[in-house]
Amino acid sequence: MLFLTIFAGTTVPVAAAPKALILATTTSTQDSGLLDVLIPIFEKESGYFVKTIAVGSGQAMAMGKKGEADVLLVHSPDDEKKFMAEGFGSARRLVMHNDFVILGPASDPAKIRSAKTSAETVKRISKAGALFLSRGDNSGTHAKEKKLWKSAGIDPEGQKWYQQTGLGMGETLNVAAEKKGYTLADRGTYLTLKKRLGLEILVERDSSLLNVYHVIEVNPAKWPKVNRAGAKAFADFMVSKKAQGIIGRFGVDKFGSALFFPDAGKKPESLGM
Amino acid sequence: MELIYEGIVKAITLILTLDPEVLNITWLSLKVSGTATLISLFLGISAGTMLALADFPGKRLLVSLVNTGMGLPPVVVGLFVTVFLWRNGPLGFLEILYTPGAMILAQAIIATPIVTGITVASIQNLPANLKLQILALGASRHQMVWILIKEARLPLLAGVMAGFGGVISEVGASIMVGGNIKGYSRVLTTATVMETGRGNFDMAIALSLILMLLCFSVNYLLTRIQQRERPR
Repeated sequence: MLFLTIFAGTTVPVAAAPKALILATTTSTQDSGLLDVLIPIFEKESGYFVKTIAVGSGQAMAMGKKGEADVLLVHSPDDEKKFMAEGFGSARRLVMHNDFVILGPASDPAKIRSAKTSAETVKRISKAGALFLSRGDNSGTHAKEKKLWKSAGIDPEGQKWYQQTGLGMGETLNVAAEKKGYTLADRGTYLTLKKRLGLEILVERDSSLLNVYHVIEVNPAKWPKVNRAGAKAFADFMVSKKAQGIIGRFGVDKFGSALFFPDAGKKPESLGM
Repeated sequence: MELIYEGIVKAITLILTLDPEVLNITWLSLKVSGTATLISLFLGISAGTMLALADFPGKRLLVSLVNTGMGLPPVVVGLFVTVFLWRNGPLGFLEILYTPGAMILAQAIIATPIVTGITVASIQNLPANLKLQILALGASRHQMVWILIKEARLPLLAGVMAGFGGVISEVGASIMVGGNIKGYSRVLTTATVMETGRGNFDMAIALSLILMLLCFSVNYLLTRIQQRERPR
């Protein structure tokens, strides 16, 4: 302990500015580059300094539960509802959505291209014993993927054809591309990386593949050290007209289509959830 | 192969155009790892010299522990430092998690056993009678220690290089305690991980090359000092 204190003492001059705000979010918002556009605007407007910690949705919510983050931008609706029900969040607002896509090599060994639903897709993959790469990291994407298996009544854990990378979305896509396996990815990250991957979208536009992002303010009643005002300011910004406009335009110049669709103020049911 | 070529071209472009973001990242890497190395030198050389010169029961055990610490896994250090520095953790009042200061702390913890271990070996490697000789010539204990350190400066500089090399190249602790925050706690290794995740392999390769160039420059400088001072 003394040892650590001595060290820490020498580092005090570079300690954080008082108005720092910790945003725990998913890798997809960082890897797509969206936050690189939004955060500087928010920082300039509000005067807060945002420390963006890009982890999976699961870890982001774990940080929120321990009061180690002020505000969350996550995409794991079932876990989020539980998070709110347990009183860890003080407000949860819909920000945007895009969708998940099921990717694989063009040769499509499990013949999923003709599958009508995502449940049928995963059934075919398991039947063919075709390699599937899972994030395996409790991220929002991983949660969605587990839901797909569950809805098809399949337990892929421990199967030879089911491999968990434990990595972020971008890295998992790289692994899937190298191993010519199937995987589930959010459309935004896929479009960002598409040029180098050689993976194709084989199944899409199924209502079970919706990917919805919410902003959650961590409940200061549980953890007094939480930056309540900063969290509210950031959440307000994310659903503001300005930020929503930027979200809707983001990626159009580069990919020809938007990566995210702004949804502030809408009811989740209107998206088909 | 083409990708590596693209990476090299990108690295040269970034360096020649003095890309401000890359310059910042490089400067921060140097600052964080340099400071951590300096702290580890102060602690490691003091502790190592004491350990080498003192005789006490359990010394072998302690030296073995230090030598094991030379291979301290950065992620383990990162995890423990994070837990200690959490707002609601035992050192939360310092409020330094996700700052360059936290990265210096973690890296100093990684480098200190390396410097300590090499110091112990360097001092013990000096002729056994040297200590007695110096004392016999009327030197005080402090002077004796100082002379011994000076005598061992060649292997000690190797310790500096090993310590610096260990921390400038580590990513596990830096990403955990620093958070890889753009323009604030992003260093060459964490940026490389992120760019790889983003599929920007050319950028990732360019950053790696810059990192290796930086390591080489620092080590070249240290080696120059080491070799120049070689007693003839």
